[in-house]
Amino acid sequence: MAEKSIQKAIILSQEMIADQIYSMWLKAEPIAKNALPGQFVSVYSNDSGRMLPRPISICETDAKRGALRLVYRVAGKGTAEFAGYHAGESLEILGPLGNGFPLEECPAGQTAFLIGGGIGIPPMVELSKRLSGNVQVIAGYRDELFLTDELAANGKLYLSVENEAAFRKSNTVHSAESDTPCSKSCLNGYPATHGNVLDCIREKNLQADVIFACGPTPMLRAVKTYAQEQGIRCWLSLEQRMACGIGACLACVCDSNEVDAHSQVRNKRICKEGPVFAAADVVL
Amino acid sequence: MLRLMWFCEGMTMINTKVSIAGVELKNPVMTASGTFGSGMEYGEFVDLNRLGGVVTKGVANVPWPGNPTPRVAEIRGGMMNAIGLQNPGIETFCSRDLPFLADYDTAVIVNVCGHTTEEYLDVVERLSDENTVDLLEINISCPNVKCGGISFGQNPDSVETITSEIKKHAKQPVIMKLSPNVTDISDLARAAEAGGADAISMINTLTGMKIDVNRRTFALANRTGGVSGPAIHPIAVRMVYQSAQAVKIPIIGMGGIASAEDALEFILAGATAVAVGTASFRNPHATIDVIEGIENYMQCQNIDDIRSLIGAVR
Repeated sequence: MAEKSIQKAIILSQEMIADQIYSMWLKAEPIAKNALPGQFVSVYSNDSGRMLPRPISICETDAKRGALRLVYRVAGKGTAEFAGYHAGESLEILGPLGNGFPLEECPAGQTAFLIGGGIGIPPMVELSKRLSGNVQVIAGYRDELFLTDELAANGKLYLSVENEAAFRKSNTVHSAESDTPCSKSCLNGYPATHGNVLDCIREKNLQADVIFACGPTPMLRAVKTYAQEQGIRCWLSLEQRMACGIGACLACVCDSNEVDAHSQVRNKRICKEGPVFAAADVVL
Repeated sequence: MLRLMWFCEGMTMINTKVSIAGVELKNPVMTASGTFGSGMEYGEFVDLNRLGGVVTKGVANVPWPGNPTPRVAEIRGGMMNAIGLQNPGIETFCSRDLPFLADYDTAVIVNVCGHTTEEYLDVVERLSDENTVDLLEINISCPNVKCGGISFGQNPDSVETITSEIKKHAKQPVIMKLSPNVTDISDLARAAEAGGADAISMINTLTGMKIDVNRRTFALANRTGGVSGPAIHPIAVRMVYQSAQAVKIPIIGMGGIASAEDALEFILAGATAVAVGTASFRNPHATIDVIEGIENYMQCQNIDDIRSLIGAVR
């Protein structure tokens, strides 16, 4: 008891990897060692006028360097502040928080879909490294691509791009330089589909035993329906506005099918019981 | 965080104990209801034994599901919430939360909520068997539930009526938690005192609204929410001061405390004890920082008894 605390983390690097999407490596020894894929950290503002931490999912960890990578979108004043910091500056963080993805659900010999949409893509990087089974990543973008090489390093990567102009533009640029057989529907050298993640799965006729997904709610809703139709086990990582980040304030709840043991009502704390839930347990 | 530091040499023996309705607190610092659960989660960050008291999140006679999300939004110097008093109901609370708190050497103050007088009384009577509970805090000031809550707390007659009803049934001393969303809070303080309240706590959150200009909608699903945090501190200090001039019963002051200085302002304005709320979200260790800061202040200012500070500024 009474041993957890916020820690100061030195920023090792900071770069913009797509429009409004930033990648920040932080030195945070215990978190880097203990974090599981799908867990998150609370990042605190250095401005005392901003009272609430920002929950940011862990993109990947490097236990050897004691470092942690956060890939986040600038969505408001807090994340804009974070994006303004450079290597050598520091931030206060707390974590790892939440439960993480159930790695045992994809043992060797089985195949998983890792479905990420938009800013739900980053946690799939660490997850792809840790699963024992076969990994097929389906990454859904609105327009600009990011993290593609990291995602492809530990599994087969498929891309979906919703914005047609962005899809055509990237496609032209890359297919012109590419000799790969898939050059007609390839982005950055990876097979790509114009549409959403499910369009991609259907177009490429992909199969899996289990699904792990993180992304916007409409995507998660569609993935859940798809998993039910196909009879595939499915885990979803949810997000919601948070305050405490540790389960005390009951701000970040999601609706659940059954009465939850802690809340005694049909909702669950995303920061504590989640952010990863069995799709069948939650109402989206 | 802006902190005033007091440097000094030498050690004075100091007394930080205060008493609310005969219940001794080892120091005047408690948690504000709704920000600290029942202490289980924050107990991993702070030693609950060091707190003057733990004020639990409001509990009703049956489980309440609370409001739709989003339930919180940040504002400059604070936040807004519209949790809607989600709670697991009194039976789960008594079988799970109270045994947890019984293991700590800290005062246990249970915050009670309801939609009707009968619902408040159900909870109050159920708690009369619970020896772990030192004090009851009656929430008649939540701005985020449609009936009950604040509807009891905005006019003096209904405050007096519900206070006297609860006093008839309560075994533990009763603290009435007052709403700042009124013209003159000291009228409510007098009404609570007239109804037999043993103490009052103030302030609950101020009703506010935040609009998300990018999505062009309300930031909170409930449209309005309760404003808390450092932004409301001067308002709360003023209200505690006014009420301290109006009543003799002790006042527990809260609203935007993030440092010992913030807490000491309440005490000097007339509060016997204080509660730290939103600051725990920014700093899970905030309660302990406030306690240590008060001790440090007393050492440096050669104040041997904190009670000499209560209402010292007139």
